[in-house]
Amino acid sequence: MRATRLCVTTAAITAGLLLHSVPASAGDAQTAAAPPAFRVDGDRVDPGTLNGYRRYGNSCQPCHGPDAIGSSFAPALMNSLKTMDYPTFKATVTAGRMASPTSVMPAFKSNTDVMTNLDDIYRYLSARAVGGLPPGRPHKLEE
Amino acid sequence: MRSVLTRMLPIALPLAGALLAPPAKANDDVLKNSANPANWAMQLGSYSGQRFSTLRQIDRDNVAALKPTFTMETGLVRGHEGGPIIIGSTMYIHTPFPNNVMALDMANGFKVKWKYEPKQAADVPAVMCCDIVNRGVAVAEGKVFLMQADNTLVALDAETGKTVWTVKNGDHTKGETSTAAPVVVKDKVIVGVAGGEFGVRGHLTAYDLNTGKQVWRGYSTGPDSEVLIDPAKTTMMGKPIGTKDLGVSTWPADGWKHGGGTTWGWYTYDPKLNLIYYGTGNPGTWNPTQRAINGKREGSDNKWSLSIMARDADTGALKWLFQKTPFDEWDFDGINENMLVDQEMDGKMRKVLVNFDRNGFAYVLDRETGELLRADKYDPVVNWATHVDLKTGKPQLDMKYSTFANGQDNVTENVCPSALGSKDQQPGSYSPEAKLFFMPTNHICMDYEPFQVSYAAGQPFVGATLSMFPAKNSHGGMGNFIAYDAKVGKIVWSRPERFAVWSGALVTSGGIAFYGTLEGFVVAVDQKDGHELWRVKTPSGVIGNINTYEYEGKQYIAVLSGIGGWAGIGLAAGLTGNTDGLGAVGAHAELGNHTKLGGVLTVFGLPDGLGKRASN
Repeated sequence: MRATRLCVTTAAITAGLLLHSVPASAGDAQTAAAPPAFRVDGDRVDPGTLNGYRRYGNSCQPCHGPDAIGSSFAPALMNSLKTMDYPTFKATVTAGRMASPTSVMPAFKSNTDVMTNLDDIYRYLSARAVGGLPPGRPHKLEE
Repeated sequence: MRSVLTRMLPIALPLAGALLAPPAKANDDVLKNSANPANWAMQLGSYSGQRFSTLRQIDRDNVAALKPTFTMETGLVRGHEGGPIIIGSTMYIHTPFPNNVMALDMANGFKVKWKYEPKQAADVPAVMCCDIVNRGVAVAEGKVFLMQADNTLVALDAETGKTVWTVKNGDHTKGETSTAAPVVVKDKVIVGVAGGEFGVRGHLTAYDLNTGKQVWRGYSTGPDSEVLIDPAKTTMMGKPIGTKDLGVSTWPADGWKHGGGTTWGWYTYDPKLNLIYYGTGNPGTWNPTQRAINGKREGSDNKWSLSIMARDADTGALKWLFQKTPFDEWDFDGINENMLVDQEMDGKMRKVLVNFDRNGFAYVLDRETGELLRADKYDPVVNWATHVDLKTGKPQLDMKYSTFANGQDNVTENVCPSALGSKDQQPGSYSPEAKLFFMPTNHICMDYEPFQVSYAAGQPFVGATLSMFPAKNSHGGMGNFIAYDAKVGKIVWSRPERFAVWSGALVTSGGIAFYGTLEGFVVAVDQKDGHELWRVKTPSGVIGNINTYEYEGKQYIAVLSGIGGWAGIGLAAGLTGNTDGLGAVGAHAELGNHTKLGGVLTVFGLPDGLGKRASN
């Protein structure tokens, strides 16, 4: 399981099995776990991705805008997540980032709402970036 | 009686003057400067917040000839709110974080007299929820007052820009920041705090103008002793509040400690009544279920969030207050400015306060007593409440749009207005000649889904996710510029705009109303019918205020452009609805087709020979 290299775009098929991602071995990039996977079917998503949508709404949307489309003061994550890998995403959210003196992302390491939902937020953003998830509130798959 | 008084006065006054310190009155310097129409001496033009000028050189007939006479980049590219202050031959401008201030010498081709560039902690922008805006400086008694993002209130020497004193009004590591412009009242500088989305506890604070020493602080939530309420004297709806410590008992345990009620809007002042007026912001979190005591709406008003406060300028004591939206369910952040006008109501002249609230109702209150006289929708699409009961002051909810009744983890659809409000911070204007309000407004609705969040100091405390879209079954745009008659609660005319009108408006004796658009236009319309008279594009979207002044016999219009603020999101959010067909990405691209980031000061004037002398 752990060794399976999953391209996020093709993750939809097997994502159901991978909703709880396996932690990466420390310091070993080669055997890093697959990024958290997601399922998208039209505007329906797996429960983790839906949770990610809502957690995004609390902690990320005030700056990065609804549907991850960005704002005049923070980048569109639906674009950023096309190229940003999971370790970089995790490190950025945890430690924050200073893009310029007037463009600063906070460190979320002390925020349990974010840190305990990091994988789901990544799922949602990936679904928007590369999974074809349309804007708006996603619905649950197989309700 | 009258003749007795007249005889007594000349004797009494010199005596009083000899025995006592001069009676404290408003602030003489501020009053004198703002009474002279050549100046634009305060962010809202005057203590009353009317944003009205008696200048009339630029009028209906010649406004079409207005041309830029001076432009200058501010050096910052983020959202520019507030506007230039002009006193005599000096213009003071400010920027978003890091909050630079410049004094420009108009007698010398706008040469920079001095520049103040504060050093602030690098992580301050990280806790500013909706861009790193600042709404400008105040000038009084030879000092320039700036409220920095990091909660440092600084007094600068108006001639040299040198720091006279500084004082800290909050802690950004707890999510407290500052965006509002200070106001000088008597010998005090009045300042507020932002951070409603970080679970801070709002307050209004007065500092000594000469020393920076704190004189009083009134919190928005908590015990009466800290809110500065005397339940036997402080009134709501004309009656003493009676019950003690409602700022504690209307919250679940300790909720008031991070309950928001921030004070980041504009402050107005009535020198005769000696009252300072402002509004308190939304309660935290945006999830009403977490603010309900035992899961019930009853008893969970979350006081005194979303309230109009009338405080004694000397002591901060609350004379009266009025909660507009008890138990918020929509983020109707009630900080909008309270405009002070004298107008006829039902055949009687009244000293009123008019508040175009975020929740879509325009409230008219007696500003001496706090009695509620009217509350009317100023955008017909407002749907969350049918009306406001004038006897209780309470909005009558349409439960279909109650995010609390629908419950957390459920989506409440098509609530109007959105959390951006029918109007946000963009200050309106009032013409005492036309007896009408000219208001920049939003025309945006939302879907709202609340959910559980936990509080951590300095971390977002939002608890809801929102989708926003243009009001359905309307003109498709996201804003209106309206003329409104608060005497009868009616919209006189309404001009649709493609985007929210996020700039401060201006009215003049020239019969014109001015406003800016998010595409970057500065627009002049006829006060009579809203007919457009002039429109010129500035280098970036306008979320600042349009100000006017006179220099060497010529009237000018001055504005800071620079797209951003929550409008930077509101715009992007504008077309996310399923009905618009464009989709969000299309909308964002659409904004990018109209304007780009950039902070620029533009001054407009008439060509030589056009227009009469400005002053009358």
